[in-house]
Amino acid sequence: MTARELLKIVVVGHVDHGKSTIIGRLLYDTKSVPEAAIERVKRISKEKGRPFEYAYLLDALEEEQKQGITIDTTQIKFSTPKRDYLIIDAPGHKEFLKNMVSGAANAEAALLVIDAAEGVQEQSKRHAYILSLLGIQKVYVIVNKMDMIEFSEKKFKEIKYEISTFLSKLNVYPQKYIPVSGFLGENIARKSDKMPWYKGETLLQALDLFEKDKELEDKPLRFPIQDVYKFDHRRIIAGRLESGRLKVGDEIKILPEGKVSRVKSIEFWPENNKKDEVVAGMSIGITIEDEFFNKRGEVIVHKNDNTLYVSDTFRANLFWLGKRNLVKNKTYKLKLVTQETECEIVSIDKVIDATTLETVENALEVRTNDVAEVTIKTKEKICFDEFKANSSTGRFVIVDEYDVSGGGIISGLANLKEEATKFAKDDKEMIVHCFDEYYYSLSEDLIRKHPKYKKTFKVGDAVPIEGETYSYPESFDVIDIVGKLVAKIRKGQLNDLVDIDQYIYSELPIITADGFYLKVNSIDEFKDFKNELVQLQKNDNLLLAMFANKWYDISANKSFKFTD
Amino acid sequence: MDHLDRLEAESIYILREAYSKFSKIAMLWSIGKDSTVLLWLAKKAFFGHCPFPLIHIDTTYKIPEMIKYRDKLAKEYNLDLIVHINEEAIKQGMGPEKGRLVCCKALKTDALQQVINKYKFEALILGIRRDEEGSRSKERFFSLRNEDSEWDYTNQPPEFWNQFNTDFPKGSHVRVHPLLSWTEIDIWMYIKRENIPVIDLYFAKNGKRYRSLGCAPCTFPVESNATTIDEIIEELKNTKVNERAGRAQDQEDAYAMQKLRKEGYM
Repeated sequence: MTARELLKIVVVGHVDHGKSTIIGRLLYDTKSVPEAAIERVKRISKEKGRPFEYAYLLDALEEEQKQGITIDTTQIKFSTPKRDYLIIDAPGHKEFLKNMVSGAANAEAALLVIDAAEGVQEQSKRHAYILSLLGIQKVYVIVNKMDMIEFSEKKFKEIKYEISTFLSKLNVYPQKYIPVSGFLGENIARKSDKMPWYKGETLLQALDLFEKDKELEDKPLRFPIQDVYKFDHRRIIAGRLESGRLKVGDEIKILPEGKVSRVKSIEFWPENNKKDEVVAGMSIGITIEDEFFNKRGEVIVHKNDNTLYVSDTFRANLFWLGKRNLVKNKTYKLKLVTQETECEIVSIDKVIDATTLETVENALEVRTNDVAEVTIKTKEKICFDEFKANSSTGRFVIVDEYDVSGGGIISGLANLKEEATKFAKDDKEMIVHCFDEYYYSLSEDLIRKHPKYKKTFKVGDAVPIEGETYSYPESFDVIDIVGKLVAKIRKGQLNDLVDIDQYIYSELPIITADGFYLKVNSIDEFKDFKNELVQLQKNDNLLLAMFANKWYDISANKSFKFTD
Repeated sequence: MDHLDRLEAESIYILREAYSKFSKIAMLWSIGKDSTVLLWLAKKAFFGHCPFPLIHIDTTYKIPEMIKYRDKLAKEYNLDLIVHINEEAIKQGMGPEKGRLVCCKALKTDALQQVINKYKFEALILGIRRDEEGSRSKERFFSLRNEDSEWDYTNQPPEFWNQFNTDFPKGSHVRVHPLLSWTEIDIWMYIKRENIPVIDLYFAKNGKRYRSLGCAPCTFPVESNATTIDEIIEELKNTKVNERAGRAQDQEDAYAMQKLRKEGYM
């Protein structure tokens, strides 16, 4: 048996633009449906006093046939000599958008069906937006019901222009525009003689011209643990390889903790399933050399691979399909591969009306069927990729109560506008980072600042002069070169906060607001420092760096600790 | 990976997901080809083990060879098998003559509900496929049923990116469908590839064979000379007949299966 290629194609577009009819016609004309199904449709169409309804080949539910609509997605297999297809028929009604997403999210390519007479409608736009959000790049536009506009080339060109203008705003660039009539079968499986001006392929021919995505096995290894079994003497780590490849003897790292081990065996049943190497897409089981306590949700990567993020905040583009609106500061459940954790939406940076492309900044909620750019904070650190680097580990769903209610793709890490540590007196305020802890994160291979105290210290308050990664004397001054303020710490308490011009050098150690020791040991040195400071341009980073390298000593009071 | 490998990986992932999420879980086994493939996939998923019980809903009208085969296989595989009959309905003389759909509901749907109530199952794994009939084509991999096993097919939660709905209100249960993406031909190709034992009712004798198995009074064989799996696959490639054409309850009404399944039928 040869391995045949499978391509999943979703058919989207506005209600009544003829999606189910086009697919039904394609199946009918290529003899891909059993006689019995055709007989059944003939019978039902006749009972309803209608011509043969191709759409009934897909819309099997009674409510769908009685009302002539598609309620839920249907998936139908279909083959050409070149390869196999899974055609996913998505509903066009707004209230069934969640069903459309269920269908479209599993597809690699899409057909956007648009009624030649009606043009681009609300759901055409919304669906196109969701295609772009799901990262589906391969799109054909099928201009249907050409019979309603007398098969006119002029009108076809007009509508093509209208569609491409809108889609280009979404970064959707269709590869083809095909004029068809689903009901009459024009340009579906046979070339239409009613549109001699159209020199392109029929829909059937065009399907074979979609190119499949690059296989995931060439990407870095991502093996999320789905479960750990101990049915017999073996401790088997089971799951699906989302990307990459793995073989016996490979050195691996288990994130988020970063424990290192080696693959001892690849397990199998029955005997003839033995493999030495497994690749992306397979559901597998392995044993490893070290008996760690492993659990569902950890992700296995190769030992020297530092490309997987481990963090608790990230930015994402999200579509919301819930019964209730998505709101800030409410606890939801987030699922990303086999990881599950509680999460909150900490900021809704932008909400986009998918049909007008109007954006609202800093909205309070995301309404059902809207799309948004959000920042998410999870309760525990999780492992993820950016979606463009790895689609499986770069996307997640959000569960509200019992239902999967939204999905998102990760656009990158986020730095939250955290409440900062401050010194305050009267109307003066100084933001300080000198009490932040510095950690060297081994899993991320970088240094991170951790602001420990998100509070404001007032005159008379004790300040934390000893931390895990810093240590200051009991009495010293803190200088803020940006805010031009100096704080005086005496015997571990905030004693005063003054403008830099009123400050008189006190011969105590000075540190910067960031916690770096200032190489100033005399009144003269302080004068030199202040003169250079006056000339410093706030936004000239190069000068600023030279200035800092000259005057600051990073390691006098600060160090950093290793963490996972 | 060829297309059978892909289907196999998907089904195994779903089986493991269900087993990881639900402690009170069982698999329906009807002795037919699909649920036998499902059992095989479970043994693959759990490395030679089947870590949950199997349920067989016995209507007492099953084709006699099926029961013999069931008992033989249960012994061979050392299965934890729950056989259940809706005794109450049988006592009251339930049978197809009372109406096929009424009978299906009592001896299958209600019997299944009795098992769920008795063992407090949260999840049931079933071998239904999208290509079998219309209402099954609309199914989700993880499909919620309320306390009365009813399926609200016009308002299903979304299911995408291999993330399934595994949280549910108390009292309801989840139907898990690992074989949803398989076609009838896929099933036979896989049986052949893996050399899975199946009951010989599927192979032609005297010009007839069963394409789908059920109760004796309501299940009829189709005209066929296919005596090997290869011949069955060849026949299916060219057939103009539906898989469930020999299942009388499906023909009772244009939307018979939809109506049965809405109430909790498999």
